[in-house]
Amino acid sequence: MNTPENLFKINAKEYILPGNRACQGCGLTLAYRYALKALRENTIVTLPASCLCVLHGLYPLTPVTVPALNCTFASTAASASGLVAGLNALNRSDITVVAIAGDGGTFDMGIQALSGAAERGTDFIYVCYDNEGYMNTGTQRSSATPIGALTTTTPVMTKQQQKKDLIKIMEAHDIAYLATTSPSYPIDLYDKFVKAKKIKGTRYIHIHTPCPPGWVYSPRDTVKIGRLAVETGLAVLFEVENGRFRFTGRSKTIAEKGNRLPVINYVEKQGRFKKMSIEQLKQMQSWVDTKWSEYMQRAER
Amino acid sequence: MSNVSIITGNHAAALGAKLSGVQVVAAYPITPQSQLAEMLSQFVESGELKAEYVRVEGEHSAMTVCISASTVGARVFTATSANGLLYMHEQLHWAAGSRLPVVMCCVNRGVGAPWSIFNDQQDSFSQRDTGWMQIYCRNNQEIVDTVIQAYRIAEEVYAPVMVCYDGFVLSHTMMPVDVPDAEDVKKYLPPYRPHTILSPDNPKTINSVLFPHRRENTEGVLCDGFMEMRYKLQAALERAPETIKRANSEFAAIFGRDHGGMLWEYKADDAEFVITGLGSVASEATVAADTLRDEGIKAGVIGIRVYRPFPREETIKAFSKAKHITVLEKSLSYGYEGGLCSDLKAAFYGAGINATIDNYIVGLGGRDVKAREIVDAVKSSTSATDRDVLKIKPKWLNCFTG
Repeated sequence: MNTPENLFKINAKEYILPGNRACQGCGLTLAYRYALKALRENTIVTLPASCLCVLHGLYPLTPVTVPALNCTFASTAASASGLVAGLNALNRSDITVVAIAGDGGTFDMGIQALSGAAERGTDFIYVCYDNEGYMNTGTQRSSATPIGALTTTTPVMTKQQQKKDLIKIMEAHDIAYLATTSPSYPIDLYDKFVKAKKIKGTRYIHIHTPCPPGWVYSPRDTVKIGRLAVETGLAVLFEVENGRFRFTGRSKTIAEKGNRLPVINYVEKQGRFKKMSIEQLKQMQSWVDTKWSEYMQRAER
Repeated sequence: MSNVSIITGNHAAALGAKLSGVQVVAAYPITPQSQLAEMLSQFVESGELKAEYVRVEGEHSAMTVCISASTVGARVFTATSANGLLYMHEQLHWAAGSRLPVVMCCVNRGVGAPWSIFNDQQDSFSQRDTGWMQIYCRNNQEIVDTVIQAYRIAEEVYAPVMVCYDGFVLSHTMMPVDVPDAEDVKKYLPPYRPHTILSPDNPKTINSVLFPHRRENTEGVLCDGFMEMRYKLQAALERAPETIKRANSEFAAIFGRDHGGMLWEYKADDAEFVITGLGSVASEATVAADTLRDEGIKAGVIGIRVYRPFPREETIKAFSKAKHITVLEKSLSYGYEGGLCSDLKAAFYGAGINATIDNYIVGLGGRDVKAREIVDAVKSSTSATDRDVLKIKPKWLNCFTG
């Protein structure tokens, strides 16, 4: 709940200065702003070619006041491994290393390095901001794109497959902490980063990140679209700590009250789904229902 | 006091990294490099070497770990071979573009397809244009000494160094090696001073996007564009021969071993027939030169030790009296000729060197290169009368070509 008390606890300091190159209404900008507030000083970020790289600006200027190292697309988690190893070797292991990549750099090209780093138990936070496609390069399909979505590489037929369940893959690595969140729920996001910073080992945070140009909705509706994703169960807020699953925030309320909305409420607001067939809509609903019931069973355990 | 051990080339490389006090090692096993990765694990786990060892899931990550660890100020080491090196290709550019003094051993092996685990130099040759310096070793003593020198060079030039040595021929062959004294190495190799340290103490975004033009920072100072940064890398490598030669001569002063700075010579002073090549094949050519001299042919060898930066000035001087040059290469640029042969010809252009040049492609995928075959190659090139410049092609030594 965004009560005033909750809002006051958020670190007032800004780590992204006004004026950056992200798109109007960018969900990532919101998420990154709150993530950095939670992570605070003594943090090093590493990031691949991505929307975040654009947000970080053109040399020699940047609006971001935390140290950051750009890395190649496939290498984000390995880059974090190198930072951790280097800092350990220099007795600076007090610094939190954070790798942040989009879904393309995580679900697709970066999965090998991420799996390797997680298996090694590398002491870092990996953040995937999932805007469900290659948005930086112009909205091409990724394995995170949902079924029925138009992208520039599925321009006629729409995407034929369901989204890859990367969160499940990450959980299978038995990491120290795993959480999902959304910039539409900044307190939920903030709390999870605060918690992650205190935990040792590999921590994975998945941020469902609305993207106005890629998803084809008005920039003013970013928060609304992000909320609808949670209301319909397409994005679920939860955390897994030491193997224990727990719903958080709005998803917890939905789980308790059973008032989850049908996915059509989310789909109909976005231009990317305008060519979605009835069959695809059914498949998406059924996919969400299955995932949701899995989560419900785990929450009851 | 000497401390001679009989060890393999991989063992020598591992000792070189240990003596250099590397702080982060990242490696992924590949034949014929594996023994090196294993030995370093042994050093780290037994506490002989105080370093972080990241057992990565692939070579792309191995080089990435080196890049990021170097960026926060650690001295780093990795090693690979063949397809592993190719898998790193993107990161090789990234390391050089970041101006990081990464040192890597390339245990030279043929590149698939089809698979070969045996030696040639197509792997490191295909990474020629990544901005890395490349040094080729001819024996195990030179390997341990060159790894140590490589840190001196890399950390002064702020560019990465690839120490190349032939798989199996050196990597798995035992030779006597005088292991440098650890205290002497400390005197020779000062601690790594990074040009930029990524740290919360002074936050920066490193390697962000550049537009083609130069841009002002917040103080109105015009900062480098992409092209200026590339020029600086080129300028650094153009200046690097001075550093490399000094690193060699200062090493020789302390340890009593001079491996040649950019190149080395064997009976080349009065040689009319000069054999050249990189690594162990050039070493084999010294035996051929002796045989040729026994037969009254004035032969000698000029071994190219540093291939990038290319020793243009040094080769022009060294080859100035040659009448016939035989270039032995364990790699080639398909559709043309061996890369060393092309580079030598380009260096000689306009320099008054009018020797005949014969390019022999040799030893691909581990095929033996025997001294007597080199002798025959030199002899056949001297007797050749049909030198039609329009039809010059590399010759294939000890290979059925139909």
